[in-house]
Amino acid sequence: MTQELATSAPVSTANALELEDLEVEYKVRGAWKKVLRGVSLSIAPGESYGLVGESGCGKSTAAFAALNYLPRNGRVSSGSIHVAGKDLLAMSDADVRTLRSTQVSMVYQNPTSALNPTIHIGDQVAEVFTLQGVGGSEAQDRAKAMLQKVQISDPTGVMGRYPHQLSGGMNQRVVIAMALAKDPTLLMLDEPTTGLDATVEAEVLDLVAALRQEFGTSVLFISHNLDVILRMCDKVGVLYAGRVVEQGTVDEVFHNPRHPYTVGLLRCIPRAGARKDQGRLDTIPGFLPGLGETLPGCVFADRCALVQDVCRTDEPPLYDVGAGHISRCHFHEQAQDLPRNTSPVAVTEERPAESSDRVPVISTRNVRKTFHQDGHEVRAVEDITFTLAPGETLGLVGESGSGKTTLARLLLGLTTPDEGSVVELDGVPVAGAIGKRDREQVRSLQIVFQNPDAALNRRFSIKRIIGRALTMLMGTRGEQLDTRLRDLTHSVRFDVRLIRAKPTQLSGGLKQRVAIARAFAGDPKIVVCDEPTSALDVSVQAAILNLLAELQVKNDTAYLFISHDLGVVRYLSDRIAVLYLGRLMELGAAETVFGPPQHPYTEALLSAVPHVDGDERPRIKLTGEIPSHADPPSGCVFHTRCPRYIGDICKTEEPELKEVEPGHFWRCHYDVDELRTLQQSAPETRPEIGVSGGQRGAEPPV
Amino acid sequence: MKRFIATRILLSIVTLLILSILVFVASQVLPGNVARNILGPLADQASVDELNSQLGTDRSLVVQYWDWVTGLLTGDMGTSAIQQRSVFDIIGDSVVNSAKLALLAFLIVVPLAILGGVYAALKEGTLRDRTISLGGLSATAVPDFVWAVLLIVIFPLGLGIFKPTATAPPGSNVFEQVYYLILPAICLVFVLFGYIARMARAGTLEALDADYTRTAIIKGLPQRTVVRQHVLRNSLLPTIAVVATQIGYMIGGLVVIELIFNYNGLGKALFEAAQRKDIPVLQTGVLLVGVVYLVATLAADILYSVLNPRVRLGSES
Repeated sequence: MTQELATSAPVSTANALELEDLEVEYKVRGAWKKVLRGVSLSIAPGESYGLVGESGCGKSTAAFAALNYLPRNGRVSSGSIHVAGKDLLAMSDADVRTLRSTQVSMVYQNPTSALNPTIHIGDQVAEVFTLQGVGGSEAQDRAKAMLQKVQISDPTGVMGRYPHQLSGGMNQRVVIAMALAKDPTLLMLDEPTTGLDATVEAEVLDLVAALRQEFGTSVLFISHNLDVILRMCDKVGVLYAGRVVEQGTVDEVFHNPRHPYTVGLLRCIPRAGARKDQGRLDTIPGFLPGLGETLPGCVFADRCALVQDVCRTDEPPLYDVGAGHISRCHFHEQAQDLPRNTSPVAVTEERPAESSDRVPVISTRNVRKTFHQDGHEVRAVEDITFTLAPGETLGLVGESGSGKTTLARLLLGLTTPDEGSVVELDGVPVAGAIGKRDREQVRSLQIVFQNPDAALNRRFSIKRIIGRALTMLMGTRGEQLDTRLRDLTHSVRFDVRLIRAKPTQLSGGLKQRVAIARAFAGDPKIVVCDEPTSALDVSVQAAILNLLAELQVKNDTAYLFISHDLGVVRYLSDRIAVLYLGRLMELGAAETVFGPPQHPYTEALLSAVPHVDGDERPRIKLTGEIPSHADPPSGCVFHTRCPRYIGDICKTEEPELKEVEPGHFWRCHYDVDELRTLQQSAPETRPEIGVSGGQRGAEPPV
Repeated sequence: MKRFIATRILLSIVTLLILSILVFVASQVLPGNVARNILGPLADQASVDELNSQLGTDRSLVVQYWDWVTGLLTGDMGTSAIQQRSVFDIIGDSVVNSAKLALLAFLIVVPLAILGGVYAALKEGTLRDRTISLGGLSATAVPDFVWAVLLIVIFPLGLGIFKPTATAPPGSNVFEQVYYLILPAICLVFVLFGYIARMARAGTLEALDADYTRTAIIKGLPQRTVVRQHVLRNSLLPTIAVVATQIGYMIGGLVVIELIFNYNGLGKALFEAAQRKDIPVLQTGVLLVGVVYLVATLAADILYSVLNPRVRLGSES
């Protein structure tokens, strides 16, 4: 690596980043609106600083300001930015460019769009070296070495590829390689793992942690995911409405929070083990203040349950609450006594009988789906059999490409399953295609999508969107329609006064409420929830999860709940199904699946998730990427990555889905007692075996 | 990729087939009888009938269509009874002329419009951007014949330079031909500039706004390199398609300009054939314009996919 940098600044002594009283404004419709309100923070050499807060708080703006890369309508109105001891705001354009090319790097949320689609990966990495005056072939060699450093297994091959030919996780490695190639003083990561699978996220985080050690780089880590910050950072700053409201070491801030906003954020997350029948999640009431709103007092006053008159008039100073821990709250001593916004009591129902005794609302037998792609057969979903009882939630987990969404689409009839697949609603077989199902059947199976923006017609008013669903599914018209509409909006806690608004005028959480109201319009028996909260902030996510739990009890609705956030799945699910390469690997009660003995794949999946509670298990690394659906490995499809690989039997024989305990199924050659003993300790390093199947996971066409 | 091209060619052939039927049927709708047209109103009915049977125009439409298409496929375009020349000669000459004009206009307008569009995008929102965008739009909005008349009035008539007619005397060299062709070519530049520049500007703005451009800037690359290496490669892709679709218009669609400048291009030939009910020329000429359109768009699609690895390598994994 570049040992000597052509810079004169004494890098080792100056702080990598020093923001002082930084105010940034955006010009919106002719008026300057404050985005950052006096942000001060400093990152010491080699230190890792996490910045958390809901979207719109100004996290990314702070990072881009440190690169002097604000949008055209943005400006720094006061304060100062020092990078590696140099005053950024006093620099010429050329100096800023030098700074960017030698000292500061950034890694972005969406790696695939951050790379140029028409340039070879190798050239994009080599560019960093070329910029420093390194010649053509040496730049290429160094680029290759850099790709090796980020643990890309076939750097020569990857050099000649384009971003769209690589998976998201691979692209993020490339972006990290590019960022570290210049051996920067400061590395900024803006939601680097959002949108990646838990297993890939874990790998990327490991990589960043290891390289940070090696390069001694200071890090600014932006994330809405508190668990990730806890794992990756030394210090954390909590940003709210453009102001740092609390700051300290991660241990201090997360375990002894002294600002009501931090307390609220921590309470929103379904903590490890939290479940819907044990209590509701707490939420933060209200909304983030608008961009540039004048806030004479505490920025959080409007949403704070501890608010007093003084909070609305006097800006709280920085209270030093010990050991470098600061809080901007007049009542920081009481922060942890913040009253709950929701009742902690879970909405529970009187279950009439053991749910297994009731006729399942949906049951499937041998559901499979084969796509045909360029003459290949791609088996997206293979032989799936399960049942779902009324009022029950079945959580569906697995890495992307595991067939979760395809399975949901098959049930809904949006994709027609292969011949021989059976889907029964209330014990009656239904047609594969939605067009051949009757209204009753369509009505009883509804869906809530991940992205309410795309799911709601932006030209229709909310009234029309929900009203249409009522008319189409229930035949409700006239006066009755108005009554039902009011009831429905009320039941999803949607302010009926907003009913004439268009979706674009609403926040993400409100839009998702509308989408939920639409799904519930036909009084469905089953609602498929496909990542319903992954586009939402944690406080909004908590409110939506509470709502879903409440509606479920009230209407005895069954959910098929898809999410990559295992905490969320665990909170809402009664049973959990784990999918891998379109196959059901494990199925059982949520608590059973989340604890040993469990299928080796589930074990690896769970170990990848960091927890705020510090419930650290030894990480099990899954080697390699998901094999291709078009060419799945022989025998057990998981054998190429399995941490508990036994031997040839895994390669040659595909295990049956067997019931290992009452109600607990898995597809593994191990039996339950063997795994229970084995899983008391982490697996040994997996012996190398020949990898069959494709290198790269092909997503099934949907 | 090969499969993509094969399907596209197959579809083009189907399109041509449909087009040939449409052209054939449409030319039958033109009023007047072929032989009567040739012989004039004073000829007696018997000789009209005789000529019709000689020309084959008294046969059923299906037979005539079959005859025409099989003729074309074997390279026999037939003869124009009215002009007493083979259709191949008539159309061949005019296509060459049209191609010369199109080439000259393209050589001027494509680089100019792309430069203008990219420059406008880089200076988005400034006076220079607005001048280019609005200027281009206004020039496009003015009909081509207005430009033609205006240019003739200003240059040959007013200043005495360039020629009001675009047809160079036989035996002229390339430079003389360009000298004659420059005014109609400038007309086309006016008509096309706004259109192409607008696409180039929009494509560039989109690429400038893309995440990968942000990455390039934050890498510390100088603006020049960012634009040249990262932006242009992506921004000019949609422009290619626009340019290609204009080729069909340039060859065969320039009726008015060719008439004003008295230039024997395909547009003028088609117009005259329609006027004189010279059906063999008309049919084959229109079909040829169709072929040009299809080939141009096909070429654009292939070029697009060659330049865009997402299309070229899309299905490979």
